[in-house]
Amino acid sequence: MSELPAGVERRPFDGEERLATQGPPVYGEPTANGWRAWDARRSKLGAMLETGMDTGLVGGETVLYLGAASGTTVSHVADFAGPTYAIEFAARPARDLLDAAAPRDRLFPLLKDARTPETYAHVVEPVDVVIQDVATRGQAAVANANARFLDEGGLLLAAIKARSEDVVADPSAVFERELDTLREAYEIRETARLEPFHEDHLGVVARRRG
Amino acid sequence: MSDETGRWFADATPDEPERANTAIRQGSADAPADWPTRAVDAGFAADEAAYYDALHEATLAATGAAVREAERADDQQLLHAVRAMDDCERTANELAERLHEWAGSLFAGVGTGIDGARGVAERDPDGPAEERAVALAERVVGLADEAADLRAHIERTAPEVAPNLATLAGPVLAARLIALAGGLESLAKKPAGTIQVLGAEDALFAHLRGRAPSPKHGVIYVHEYVRGTREEDRGSAARALAGKLAIAARGDHYRGEFNPAIERQLEERMATIRARGEADE
Repeated sequence: MSELPAGVERRPFDGEERLATQGPPVYGEPTANGWRAWDARRSKLGAMLETGMDTGLVGGETVLYLGAASGTTVSHVADFAGPTYAIEFAARPARDLLDAAAPRDRLFPLLKDARTPETYAHVVEPVDVVIQDVATRGQAAVANANARFLDEGGLLLAAIKARSEDVVADPSAVFERELDTLREAYEIRETARLEPFHEDHLGVVARRRG
Repeated sequence: MSDETGRWFADATPDEPERANTAIRQGSADAPADWPTRAVDAGFAADEAAYYDALHEATLAATGAAVREAERADDQQLLHAVRAMDDCERTANELAERLHEWAGSLFAGVGTGIDGARGVAERDPDGPAEERAVALAERVVGLADEAADLRAHIERTAPEVAPNLATLAGPVLAARLIALAGGLESLAKKPAGTIQVLGAEDALFAHLRGRAPSPKHGVIYVHEYVRGTREEDRGSAARALAGKLAIAARGDHYRGEFNPAIERQLEERMATIRARGEADE
């Protein structure tokens, strides 16, 4: 099992060991002694950590998070990472994201489209890690467009959802195609299916090419 | 260089948050840069911590304003109204069934449905159980009345939000299509074939997986042109209607003007489709 980043621990909640971070609660998750449980079923990054993928996260990184939605995952990220930029395209979930961001002074919410990085590059600085969970067609293309925020060797953690690309195609075929596109800008380090936490999702750890 | 003009804090000062707000929402840059260091060098912030504090305030304010603006938009209000109307109708009917069971055990001659609930609500209760049943009936009536008020509200507002769509589909179906698409803009971007099967997603995916024939229509089934057409021509009718609905949605979103030609063309097409049935008789 790979090491968890600093600021993420396995803590007991009702007798069960679960991933947890320290911060104000966001979505009604169980809390104990200032720690709040990180539900791998509701978070692709949580599932990547839970399944033992070597994410390369150490804690304290500067992060660009694409597809922040209501802020479930990005709130945990902001708990253990450094300055965290959260991009979300849809207004309704962004309303909840604002509530998650308000008490976290290094979490910066932005209502922007991850497919057009130039609309937020005037705010977002170069980062150590890009984390991506966007349910749109062309997920690898989104990651490639956002490679500009990473230096050579910079980390990409992505969850690829097969059904966002093609609802009827075999997920493995979809993943292969997306990984091929990703290789234009990244070197793939590790991939793993996120079952049983998320169906037809592939977790990807990659490094920015030079 | 874009990174000099692009930086969000270029014109922002602490006493004028509006400028930072506009810059964050409308600015752009080709590439990111080390904004925290530049902001400190430019004298915008005393140090990196002060920069991040200012950025936190500015992004919360700018994103909050952008979210409010998007959510208050008329098409989003219509979406909430039609969903609320459906919820009120469904809940009222469900509670009316429960009430019918209960009130039937207390009173004689209790009718079914919302009308039955209206009858119970007018009764004079005798004893605690009757009081509860009559109070429940009042809630059912209240929900049904709210559903009716919501429908009136939709009938008033849909023609303002989407005049072409509301004319072709009727205000409630227009609102339903906007709700299913998630907004007028997303509806305007959908091809006619998608609009034709909006609301029939289960059947559509079963078809795509090869288990079922393609659905002929989704919620547009409730339109007279589809429902009132004989079964073997319903696919054609749904296709013709969806085609014009797509054009109407685009007109509403991109131009915002009423175009009577769309309705006329649809009427002609429907006359042709329905003439097949008459010819066969």
